[in-house]
Parts: sequence; structure tokens; C-alpha cells
Amino acid sequence: MRRTAPILQRIDWITIGLVLTFMVLGLLNIASATSGAENVDWFALDSKVGKQFAWIFIALLIAAITLIIEGEFFIRTTVIHYAVNILLLIGVLLVGKTVGGAKSWFGIGSISLQPSEFAKTGTVLMLAWLLSRSNGKIRNAKTLVQSGLIVFIPAALIMLQPDAGTVLVYGGLIFAFYREGLSGNVLIAVFCALLLLIATILTGASSYDYPFLGPQSSIGWLWMILLTLGAILWKLVPGWVVPRNRKRVRRATIICFSTALVFSAAVHSGLEVVLKTHQKERIYVLFGMDVGNPDADYNIRHAKAAVSSGGWAGKGFLQGPMTAYGFVPEQETDFIFCTIGEEWGFAGSAFVVLLYTLLLLRILFLAERQRSDFTRIYAYGVASILFMHFLINVGMVLGLAPVIGIPLPFLSAGGSSLIGFTLLIAILLRLDAERSYVLR
Amino acid sequence: MNLKERQWIIGGLFLLIALIFIGRLAQLQLLSSNLQDYAARLTQEREVLAPARGLIFDRSGELFLDNKAGYDILFTPRQCRIAGGMDTLALAELIGLTPSEIQKAIRKAEAYATYRPSTIRKQMPATEYAAVAGELWRFAGIQSRRRSIRTNESGLASHLLGEYREVDRDDIQSNKGYNLGDYKGKSGLELQWEEELRGREGVKFHLVDVRNDYRQSAEQGALDSMPTPGENINLTLDMALQAYGESIMEGKRGSIVAIEPHSGEVLAMVSAPSYATDLLTGRMRGTHYDSLLRDTNKPLFNRTMRATYRPGSIFKMIQGLIAMDRGVISTQTRIPCNRSIIGCHGGHTNDNLESAIVHSCNPYFHEVMRRMIQPRKESNVFEEARDQLGYWSASIRRFGLGTDLGGHFPGLRSGSVPDTTLYDKLYGRKRWAYSTIYSISIGEGELLTTPLHMANLAATLANRGSFRTPHVIQSIGSKGKPAGMDSLVQTGIDPALFKPVIKAMNAVTESDEGTAPLARIPGIKVCGKTGTVQDSQGNHSVFIAFAPANDPKIALSVYVENAGAGGDWAAPIASLMMEHYLKGSVQQTEKESRVKGATYPFANAKQ
Repeated sequence: MRRTAPILQRIDWITIGLVLTFMVLGLLNIASATSGAENVDWFALDSKVGKQFAWIFIALLIAAITLIIEGEFFIRTTVIHYAVNILLLIGVLLVGKTVGGAKSWFGIGSISLQPSEFAKTGTVLMLAWLLSRSNGKIRNAKTLVQSGLIVFIPAALIMLQPDAGTVLVYGGLIFAFYREGLSGNVLIAVFCALLLLIATILTGASSYDYPFLGPQSSIGWLWMILLTLGAILWKLVPGWVVPRNRKRVRRATIICFSTALVFSAAVHSGLEVVLKTHQKERIYVLFGMDVGNPDADYNIRHAKAAVSSGGWAGKGFLQGPMTAYGFVPEQETDFIFCTIGEEWGFAGSAFVVLLYTLLLLRILFLAERQRSDFTRIYAYGVASILFMHFLINVGMVLGLAPVIGIPLPFLSAGGSSLIGFTLLIAILLRLDAERSYVLR
Repeated sequence: MNLKERQWIIGGLFLLIALIFIGRLAQLQLLSSNLQDYAARLTQEREVLAPARGLIFDRSGELFLDNKAGYDILFTPRQCRIAGGMDTLALAELIGLTPSEIQKAIRKAEAYATYRPSTIRKQMPATEYAAVAGELWRFAGIQSRRRSIRTNESGLASHLLGEYREVDRDDIQSNKGYNLGDYKGKSGLELQWEEELRGREGVKFHLVDVRNDYRQSAEQGALDSMPTPGENINLTLDMALQAYGESIMEGKRGSIVAIEPHSGEVLAMVSAPSYATDLLTGRMRGTHYDSLLRDTNKPLFNRTMRATYRPGSIFKMIQGLIAMDRGVISTQTRIPCNRSIIGCHGGHTNDNLESAIVHSCNPYFHEVMRRMIQPRKESNVFEEARDQLGYWSASIRRFGLGTDLGGHFPGLRSGSVPDTTLYDKLYGRKRWAYSTIYSISIGEGELLTTPLHMANLAATLANRGSFRTPHVIQSIGSKGKPAGMDSLVQTGIDPALFKPVIKAMNAVTESDEGTAPLARIPGIKVCGKTGTVQDSQGNHSVFIAFAPANDPKIALSVYVENAGAGGDWAAPIASLMMEHYLKGSVQQTEKESRVKGATYPFANAKQ
């Protein structure tokens, strides 16, 4: 491909098509969720649909500008971009307005902006910049710590708002790290830690009538099982490996299981401090435990019912009563997937799931065709962020993940997230369009 | 592993999650019908459109049972909670509940459903509601729903009309479409004609929003249906006569049943003491019902159909008729008053049928029945009595006694006409003869009838040998009288044979030696017969009559319990009733005030 080919011939139209499809779907479903089954005011700026229309327009404008700007510009300004984002995150903690107990928003007149949605772009750019400069070798401890800090600083600031959902999204960057050489064992360890976390929460919440001790938290069982398992492995495993490795394996076993025990104990005692009652209830509800509060699973119960009532083909556009009449809170933002489920049925919801998967896989494909490390790492970062949003949001609506309020990319109502995601993708498309220029 | 190959692991993870989500979607959307039901329950509200219950009128269109406007007060706990609670004490005072009642109602509502309205105060009359309606909006989660209240403004004929009240568990489980909180007829005509009166519920499915407010009709109204109002019923009762009957029976125990002889239409059914139906409809029903139940005068007991008495002397007329029909006596047959067999009263010695009825001669009818049951043609008296009694019982039953009188009165007791089966059971086969059972010859012994049966007997005599099955339904809706209501029943006795009996009945009221001079009505020929039923608390005063003698328009039976001889109280009451019906007003004011002034305990009742 010649360097001089016009940009319109070089950008990836598949990705653009997918994103535009999501935006249109978002508009339709926001209309359903907010107009109470009456006439839709598509262009009234005081309606949620009209606002979203305006946001889409602004987002597309930003995307167009982004696509004209040389990719080199983003690479060169990465540090500034990142720094500005960090400053905004600090700023929101100082002068942000508090909505729903979290200081996440800048209020400017009638519009609100959420800096944490833009900070994702800065963080991913910064990560790509750092890792591409250090020759893509994440195994060296210094790079690991530096890149860890790049993620940790915005995540910590967001945690202070607090907005646990977005922090979790940053956790998704582990996939980008993994692609760049992070040991697979870390992924497995994180997975084990998640399982142990769940087991700890669940056993911690139930009680068991022990002999001599009386009724106590059944977490004791979990710890006893861990100890026993550790002891058995310590005894057995050396028999499976060659003698010169025995000592090492024994040490590894001891480290693994003692870490697990300490982790579990820390989580168990830390839960009371860190998690608020409603957060704990959400987790218990997810696992079908009775928390004695009929409102605890209200959202998720209604969300599941709304999705379920769609059946095969759905109730039809503007015809879903749960959507129209406010049975699901946050219907047009975090729970927008309910609307899809109710009005478009299994066919529509499965289609949307497949579209997201297609987008994610397309981004992986784009990533892997780059000669530039920066672009590849950036693309993996974008895919990880989008994936986490998709995973947590849809998982929550379907009752597979606890209720964590984060938007569904391009579909949920709201300008900040829409612009954030559009910018994320637009930069990627520009960089991708320049993939034949140079080897960076 | 080459780092580039890690794309497959990450891509595989994306695909895996997609598969999990699609599987979950399939589970939720294609296989979870209970979740779908739950969604439908949340979003659809089934509004029952109650049909107007049929009204009940008397024979000339006067209203017995009406539907008055009323309101139920409803409470939705969730709405109240969202609004931050309310002052329940103030609400209780407003809607007329005690603090403990409202606490209970609220607890019940919360246990039923937090987002659905439950009724906390039922059937608030429109007048009461109007006074507080302006205040109710202050209370979060409180709404009202219009509903009609069944009212019996006249307070008349409570026993016959019956009760209309909230369904119980059996009704709900009966599969007839009753739901918790619905009302239905529970006794009397309200129960008997429930299906006709009830009409058919309409139903409207609404889509509701999260505050349970109606937003639009579900499925474009395809599932909705309009209510069909219940049928109005016209009764054969004459409201004025019923009212008069109830007023003169006030303070007494007993009954009046009046029938139009040629049609079998019941004109009045008075059971005293009575009660106001409306006492048993409101929310004080429990209290009122208990006190009525404890009343020793048994006001809830419908004496016209449920009380059974021995017919006594009145029975003698039937004995005479069937004896003539069998040919064992003729109008001229005289029988000596042999008081060594059975007691008698008065100064007669050798009566024919007519004077025997007027004198109520016991030995006469003892002999008449002996001739039927024990003619001494067979050598074995036991076998002879068995052979003959069957025919006798059948003849009596043709007068309606011991039967359900066509079955138009649920709850009517058929009374008892003894037959061979009964006596075989009582005494043993071939262990009884006429000498064992002779007390039935004068209407005592095992004979039992209700006041309705006796009024029907009066009508049968007035018709000279036939009756239309008695009934109270004049017409239902536009369909007129239901088929079979007034089927003709023949006693099979030659109408000519009734002549001496009717003559005697006229003499009972008009001749100097008659037992019921108080039954006379100036200008109208009255036929009657007194009865005096023995009772340990004092004799029951009984009278049956019809008038005018030649063209009977009304036939009736009157029972006044523990009041004395038939002629003393039942006869004048019958006279007043007939006069009221035939003339439209009562001129015998002296008789009227004597009767109205009489209450328990009656003097001379135990003679």
C-alpha cells in the first residue's frame, strides 16, 4: 500500500461499521427505555434520545478529527495526554459533583463529564508507549513495576471516587500484559485468586455448627480444606517429579497454599471494612443466598425477568412493558442490555453478543497485523478495556456477575463513555491506517 | 510458546464468554417460563370489571334488594414505604377502623404483596366515603375502588332473600371463578339464584408501570371483555303484604305464609322474629351474627320452611277428604262421639263430616281412619294395617305433605308422613296395628309439616283438590317465569267432595259454635281451620285459611308459637293479613291493635 493513498481507503471499515451499528442500536434502545412507550422525540435535546443523538454527533466529529491527525501526534503527545487525564482525575476528586455517593463527574452547566471514561485512552496510550520503548520485554522487573504504576495511578484515583466498576475494567489490561509476555501463571493465579475470593465470601457469610465451638462462620471449613490439600500435595507431589526438583516443588507448594490462606484470611477480615452492606448483599444475591432484604436483588430480579420476557423474538421495538414503565432501574445506561433482551428477544440479544465478539476479534486481528509494537500494544489495551465492559455489563444483566455499574460500550446512554470509547477506537483506526509507514 | 500465539488464547477467551452469554440468554429467554410469568405478573394488572348484580323486586316492581355505591379502601405497602411511611392512626380514624384493626390490616397487606394493593377497609358506604375522600390523598399508598354494596333498605324478607357476603376458601376452591375478596350469595335466594344474579365478570388487562399505575391496555385489548350484568329477579311476594305481616308478627315467634291459590305464587313469607339483612353485610357482621345466633328467640331460624310442627286438627280435613274418596264415609255418615277411645271437647254427640270438622271431633276422625286402616276384613290386624297404610300415606302425600313441594325452596324441610317403613322401623314388622298408631288420625303422632306445607294445604283446599307448586320467582330477567315453577299437582280427589269441607271451614269462622270467630272479615266470606299444637312451653296457635270462599285470592297459614288456641291469635292475624291483601288496607283497627299489642308471654297459652 502506498503511503500516499487517501486515509479513507486505508482505514478499517469493518470496525467502523460495527461501531456505527452499535450507536444506532443504542439510540433505538435508549428511545425504548426512556419514552414510556409513547412517541419518541428523536431530536428534542431535552430528551435522553435527543441528547444521545447529539453525543453521537459530537463523538463522530471527534473521531473524524482524530482520523485526520497523524498517528505520530498521539505517540508524541502520549505523556501529556496521560498527565492531563491524571490531573482531571485529581480535579474531579476536588471539584467534582457527587452523584449516587461517588465523586465521578464534572458538572458543566447542564452537561456532565466523567473523566474516568477518557482516562482509559490515556492509560492505554501510556502503556503502549512504555512497553514499546522497553522493547516489548515485560519480564524485566523495572518495566513491570513501571507499567504496573501506569495502570495503578489512575485506578487508585478512580477507586477514591469510588467507582469500583471502572477499576475492575483496568484489571482487564492484564490481557494486554499477557500478550506482551507476562507469565501465564499470573493469569492462572488471578483466576485462582478470584475463585478463592468467591469461596471466602460465600463461606464467610454462612455459619456452621462446629463440635465444641458451637455455630461459627463456615470459613473454618475452607481453611481446613486448604490446609489438608496443601499437606497432601506436599506429601505426594515430590513423588511425581524428578528428585532434583523436589525441593523446589515443595517450596512452591508451601508458598502457594500459605499465600492462599493469608489471602483468604485477609479478604475475610477485610471484607467487613472494604465492602459496604449493599455491595456484600449484591454478591450474596448473585449466589442465590437469602439476605433478608427483598430490595437487595430487586435490580437483578427485574433485569432477568425483563430479558427473559423477550422470548425468542422479543416484544418488538417500543413494545417492552418492563422497559417502558421503569421496572428496571438505570434502564437506559447500565441496564440497556435488558431493553435489547425484552424488545428484541433471544435473536436480538444473541446478535448483539455476537457483534461485540466480532468487534473484539476484529481488534485482535488489527493488533496482530501491526509491524509497530506501539500500535499492537495499544490495540490489545483497547480490546481488553472493551472486553471488560462487555463482560461485566452483560454478565450483570444476565445475573452472572454482581451488580457493578459500568456502561455497555456505544449502547448505554451518556456522552462521556461514548466519546471515550469512540476516541479509543478512532486512535486505533488511525494508527492501523498507518501500519505500512514505518517500523516504530 | 511464541507470544504471537497468545492471541489465540485471548481470542478463545472472548469466544468462550460469548458462548456462555448466549447459553445464558437461551436459558433465560427460551427455557425460563417462571421468569416470564414473573415479568407478566409485574407488568400486567388484571382489572376485574365487576358486573352489576341483579336486583330483586317484588311482584309489582318494588325494590327488595338494591346495589348502593360504596368504596373499598386499598393500601399498597411499597408505595407507602417509598414515600416514607404515613400516620396510620390518623388514617384509621378517617376510615373508621380501630388502631389495632388497621395494624392488622397493614400487616396482612404486607404479607400478601408489597407492590400490590390490598383492601384494608371493605364496603365503605358512599356517604361515609364522600366525607373523607378529600383527605385520603394525603396518605401514601392509599387508593379507593368503587364497589357496590348490596342493600335491603326495607329490611323485609331477610330469611328468604338470604345473605350476600365475602367468599370463603371453599368458594374460591370451587372452580366457579371466585377470587379472594369477591362476594356471593351465601344463603336464601341470593344463593339459590347466584348464577343468574351474578352476571359475568368482565376483565381488562392493563400494562402497569413500576408504581402500579395503569398505562395502556395489554395486547391492544385483545384479551379484554366487558362485564355482563346479572339478571334482575321479580319475586311473587307482595311487598306491602310482607311488610304488614312482619309488622303484626313483631314481638312474637312464628310465621305467616300466604299463597295465591290459583297460581301457587307465594305472596308473603314472614318468619318472626326477623332481623335486618343489612346487619349481616357490613364489617360488623361478626358481632351482629353472634348476637343473633345467641338470641333465644332464634331470629336466624327461618320458621316458614325449617320449623316443623304436628298438623293437629287441621289434618282432619284431609282425613275426611281421603275417607270420602275411598268410600268409607259419605257426607251424611254420622259417627258417635265416643270419648272412651279418645278425648274430645264441646257438647256434640253424633256429628257428620261437616260438623265434625267444625267441632274438631276427635272420635269421629279416629273412627274414619280406622275404617281406612283397619276395616277388619283380614284376620290378622297387623297385616291389615300394613296393607292399608301405604295407600293412606300416598293419599296424604298427594296434598304435598311430606314432600319438597316441587323443590323450589332449597332448605325446605319436607316434614314427615308416616308409612309402613317408618312404623316397621319404630315397632318392628307386624308388631303394630291401627291401635298402635291411631294418634295420627287427628294429626298428632309422627306427622310433621312446615308452615309452607300448611299454607299450600290451604291453597289446595281453596282450589278444590289441586295446587300449583308454590314458588317465589315471578320472572328472571326478560325470560319470564322459569319452566316448571308452577306445575300443577292433582290430589286425585273429586272436587265435589270438597264442598262439605269448605262449608265446614266457612262455619269455623262464621257459625256461632265455630272455633275462629276472630278470623272473620267484614264483607268477605272466610274459610279457615284452627289448630292447636301442644308444646311444653305452651300451645302453638295455628290457623289456615283462604278467602273469599267462592273465588279464593289468598290462602295462608299462620303460626304463633306458645300463644294458645288457634282461634285466639293465629285466626285474627290471618284475618288481618287477608283483609290487607284483599282490600288494600285494614279497617279492623281494634283487632289490629289487639294483635299488635300481644307479645310474650301469652296468657292462657298453657290451657
